[in-house]
Amino acid sequence: MCSYKKTEKSLLQRKIHDKFMVALLMISTIVVMTPLIIIVGYVVYNGIGAINADFFTQELGSPTRAIQGRPTGLVHTMVGTAVVDLLALIISAPVGIGAGIMLSEYPDHKLNPFLRIMNDTLNGMPAILKGLLAFAVIVKPMGSFSGLAGGVALAFVMIPIIARSTESALMNIPWSIREAGLAIGLPRWRVVLSTVIPAARTGLVTGFLIAFARAAGEAAPLLFTSFGNNYLPNHWTGMIFGPVDTLPQRLYSLAISPYKEWHSMGWAAGIVLLSFVIILFVISRLLTKQKH
Amino acid sequence: MVKEKNRAEKAISYKKPENNSHNILKLNSMSQLSDVRMETKKLSVQYGDHYGVKDVSIPVYNKQVTALIGPSGCGKTTFLRALNRMHELNRNIKVSGEVLLDGENIYGDKVNPVIIRRKIGMVFQKPTPFPIMSIFDNVVAGLKLTGTRDKRYLNEVCEKALSQAALFNEVKDRLNTPGGKLSGGQQQRLSIARALAIEPEVILMDEPTSSLDPLSSMKIEELINELKEKYSIVIVTHNMQQASRVSDTTAFFYMGELIEYDSTNKIFTNPENRKTENYITGKFG
Repeated sequence: MCSYKKTEKSLLQRKIHDKFMVALLMISTIVVMTPLIIIVGYVVYNGIGAINADFFTQELGSPTRAIQGRPTGLVHTMVGTAVVDLLALIISAPVGIGAGIMLSEYPDHKLNPFLRIMNDTLNGMPAILKGLLAFAVIVKPMGSFSGLAGGVALAFVMIPIIARSTESALMNIPWSIREAGLAIGLPRWRVVLSTVIPAARTGLVTGFLIAFARAAGEAAPLLFTSFGNNYLPNHWTGMIFGPVDTLPQRLYSLAISPYKEWHSMGWAAGIVLLSFVIILFVISRLLTKQKH
Repeated sequence: MVKEKNRAEKAISYKKPENNSHNILKLNSMSQLSDVRMETKKLSVQYGDHYGVKDVSIPVYNKQVTALIGPSGCGKTTFLRALNRMHELNRNIKVSGEVLLDGENIYGDKVNPVIIRRKIGMVFQKPTPFPIMSIFDNVVAGLKLTGTRDKRYLNEVCEKALSQAALFNEVKDRLNTPGGKLSGGQQQRLSIARALAIEPEVILMDEPTSSLDPLSSMKIEELINELKEKYSIVIVTHNMQQASRVSDTTAFFYMGELIEYDSTNKIFTNPENRKTENYITGKFG
């Protein structure tokens, strides 16, 4: 039994303790926030000057365009990014969802532990290796850098993320729902397709967006797959079967170029990429919130 | 020849009361005895090395309510779930013995569990309306998702099932609202309606009232009384009053074994086994 006095003393101690711990948490939060604010601030500061109407409507062209002050921009890069990223999503979504369903709905299947290890390994594998694989299996046989090869390389980035997010979205649906489905005589695949997946749809979409945002920021797998291009192709098929520009890889080439004008365009490309990724994350946050 | 011999043996074992302490003969004295709809034979359920249910043989009579009672962890839910092959989602669970539905073993090699579950419906402890789906879609899910498209037929089935589950009048004006928006008691009756919509032969109920308030529980009990005119029902319950109110026969489980099986009246007034008596009178469990 502790006396009244003792209790009071420890109460004061606990208050100090509490204040101290809260302060520690605040500091950690600030430490986490600072790099983000610095990055966003620095990118915007350096790039905002290069953003104008031409930036969104003109092709890049040769460096002389920028040096002589002729209209130049990154419209082909933005279109290219959209094409390559969508290709990646189209390729990876069915595979990723399939793997996610397998992980979540058939935990007793004997291939399941193997699949889980493979998926985690793929997730942790350096992105540039995925680009190398896409180079070997698409670029070499087809004889040309292409948007398709870029899409495949990015799909390798997205598949494990989609698989994992699909798994966790489906796992959030109570097991009792599946049993209820089986109990009214539905086959297992029908239970998953018609009761579990519809219930988990916001979680699934959130997973896509996160995977999409993650892949959209990757430059390494695109360096020797979609390669880059200073111009819009003459025909839309050139976006798929010819070399295509993408934001992260264009940002890299602008940054290592020797032209001051291109450097500021690189920062501006950074702004576009950053906004794109932030918008995707905000949408996914909103979707997640809506669920609860 | 072999078949005949088996049948003869079976007949003998039914005639010798001392061979089987919870035998079926005793029930022959019951005036309301009707035919056997389902029957388990030495049904065991194993979790690894541990027996959840061991060597249980009981009949389920047509158009009667069979109650399974016993303390928590005694295996009554495990037993119930073995009756419509619900354990098959978990590879670590092994079921042995036989479960006969109209004389056919539902664990037979050529038997499709999906068909079995259409014949043996189940209602769970917690109401489980399908999320996102409307009340209507919930009720007809078992038909609609297996290919029945005829809208008029589905409407008919929906109304009939909801009426049987005593829910129709409460929800008839909002069949297109989500099933999850109903109250707990309504959701449970919705789950029952969903089970009825596929017109099963037997309905298994796993503590259907344990998550409901007394008033909703009473409604479900009244419902069980009405449903038994058409269906055979097996109900797991923690509530002994409930078992005595709704059931015709009662099985008492303890530690995975069947201790006693008899008419509900006998079990609750004059049980043969000491353990049953102690449980019924509240000395343990």
